[in-house]
Amino acid sequence: MLTIAGRTFTSRLIVGTGKFASSAVMQAAIEASGTGMVTVALRRVDLNDPGDDLMAVLDRRQYVFLPNTSGARNAAEAVRLAHLARASGAGDWVKLEVTPDPRTLLPDPVETLKATEALVKDGFIVLPYMNADPILAQHLQAAGAAAIMPLGSLIGTNQGLLTRFQLEIIIEQARVPVVVDAGLGAPSHAAQAMEMGADAVLVNTAIAVAGDPVRMARAFAAAVQAGRDAFESGLGVTAPVAAASSPQSGLGFLR
Amino acid sequence: MMNMKIICNGAKIAVEDELSLAMFLRGKGLDPDTVAVACDGAILARETYADLRLREGMVLEVVRFVGGGASC
Amino acid sequence: MFADLQARLAAVSAPEVERALAAHRVGIDGLIALLSPAADAMLAAMAERSAAITRQRFGSTMQLFAPIYLSNLCQNRCLYCGFSADNRIERRVLTIEQAEDEAAILHDRGFSHILLVAGEAPNRLGVDYLEALALRLRDKFAAVSMEVQPLSTGEYARLFKAGITGVAVYQETYDRGIYASLHPPGPKRDFDFRLATPARAAEAGMREVGIGALLGLADWRAEGVALALHLAGLRQHFWQTAFTVSFPRLRPAVGGFTALAPVSERDLAQLLFAMRLFDHDIGLLLSTREEARFRDGMLGLGPTRYSAGSCTAPGGYGNPALPGEQFAVGDHRSMDEVSAMIRQQGFDPVRKDWDPSFQLAVAQSRQVV
Repeated sequence: MLTIAGRTFTSRLIVGTGKFASSAVMQAAIEASGTGMVTVALRRVDLNDPGDDLMAVLDRRQYVFLPNTSGARNAAEAVRLAHLARASGAGDWVKLEVTPDPRTLLPDPVETLKATEALVKDGFIVLPYMNADPILAQHLQAAGAAAIMPLGSLIGTNQGLLTRFQLEIIIEQARVPVVVDAGLGAPSHAAQAMEMGADAVLVNTAIAVAGDPVRMARAFAAAVQAGRDAFESGLGVTAPVAAASSPQSGLGFLR
Repeated sequence: MMNMKIICNGAKIAVEDELSLAMFLRGKGLDPDTVAVACDGAILARETYADLRLREGMVLEVVRFVGGGASC
Repeated sequence: MFADLQARLAAVSAPEVERALAAHRVGIDGLIALLSPAADAMLAAMAERSAAITRQRFGSTMQLFAPIYLSNLCQNRCLYCGFSADNRIERRVLTIEQAEDEAAILHDRGFSHILLVAGEAPNRLGVDYLEALALRLRDKFAAVSMEVQPLSTGEYARLFKAGITGVAVYQETYDRGIYASLHPPGPKRDFDFRLATPARAAEAGMREVGIGALLGLADWRAEGVALALHLAGLRQHFWQTAFTVSFPRLRPAVGGFTALAPVSERDLAQLLFAMRLFDHDIGLLLSTREEARFRDGMLGLGPTRYSAGSCTAPGGYGNPALPGEQFAVGDHRSMDEVSAMIRQQGFDPVRKDWDPSFQLAVAQSRQVV
């Protein structure tokens, strides 16, 4: 079971609610994913065409709403967005995103750390989106992050775990859950992250834009479960070199 | 009487005198329980929506959740 | 807990050991496999892997240091120790000046890493003494570590500021029952206080913290697992601290204590290799307790730091005839002889890898002093 900030989740898949063709498809895909937590974004209401209310479509008793601060370019903007999200009745959870570079949407480590410190002080449960930097992971944990969300590769590139070696260090050193975010384009990517020992993964685009989002959600759920089972049952390993089966030299000095 | 004007989400809107914020939101088809409102820059507590009377020149920002969210 | 660990160790099968040997990273389960009786048959393969990791992480180097015994006074009565208050030995506390003289001798012999060692007698050798000595030594040595009585976080912070950069404190044994039986009532009897000491030193900002177990007191395999758990917990909280591990084997000492659970050279080698596979970055110490033949053979296979030319009696460098040693050393060669052996095997003996002037706290306090 995944536990973040004292709350337990049976599924280790977190699903984003963006980019779905319709509310109905989103609702069905989220249901199929088995997730207990969904990310949502905060936007100005179009007064001429309010459209569907997400909070009416998704049952808040069934899903923890994890509002993000997407669009924030610095700590101050992210903090304001988080407070607006709390005022919208989503609770204290926030997925902190500070992305000043619109081209790469890479998270700003300095501003993310500042915002984490400020939001923790304000009583938020903060899950910062971060580059896969093990030292930054330490600082964010020390600042009180409830979980950390390192990226696998650039947003939207579907390139999988290009940050594998840093992710391994982050996971090994982590004192809070590690949720791999960004770049997971296929269920196999999610399985790899889980096999490495990640506590959970967050997926949106790969499900939302699939030909059949509901079935793809099911595929991700199965991959996450498979990866976790493999991790917990102890993976067989690939030897770095052909292992000499019985080297005998070199220990003749022992008495 | 629609002789008072406020600015909401960047647009000038004529509203009745003495209209409460909660009534204004309902009039726009919004559930006050699912939106957040900043009034002249300050984020309002939900409990104040019913009692807050709109005044001439007030600047409102009304936001709510939309699909979105993950970085991937 | 010790009994549980022993049961798990006994149940390990050969394929589990092979899996741990081939793993990119070894967790606690893998470590248990590597410390098990089943792994003994694969000791050569463990040595090979340990050597490869050590070379990759530390290069072909061996750090050298020497201890300075400041005092053999001790209020504890540990049954295995030559300094025990129950033993009738000649007791001596070096004056600050005498300690400086000993340090000067080591400095002349080429040492720049020294370890200040003392029995636990805070009334005669407390924080004031250590602070005064550290302030006098820090300009002459690249690193001054200490292995003395457990202190508070504040005291460690004070000594760090004075120029002490490393603290070693060994749990002796992680088996609570055996610990209690070997430590009669006295300050050292508090198992948990001692267990929390490395964390206090790390919290105070010490660059390096050493932990260890005295081999020969309890089942060494379970001891190794317990120590690894201790280490892993420390790493989680103090990621900026460098950690070292030491596995001193009981040596003959005044008092005539015989090992309760003897550990062979082969056992010690397995323990060191397993620890290297478990933690690629850990500093592994091998002291002059071990014989020259063993230390020569282990070079490059896992250890990263050797003591050399050690004398364990206070004042013993200036006056080698002085009695009152803690234990009898097994490798009597000088620093130069050990260095020559290291070079001959194609490794670089490192006498200095840090300069205290890099350290902000010291640099600032030096301006004030």
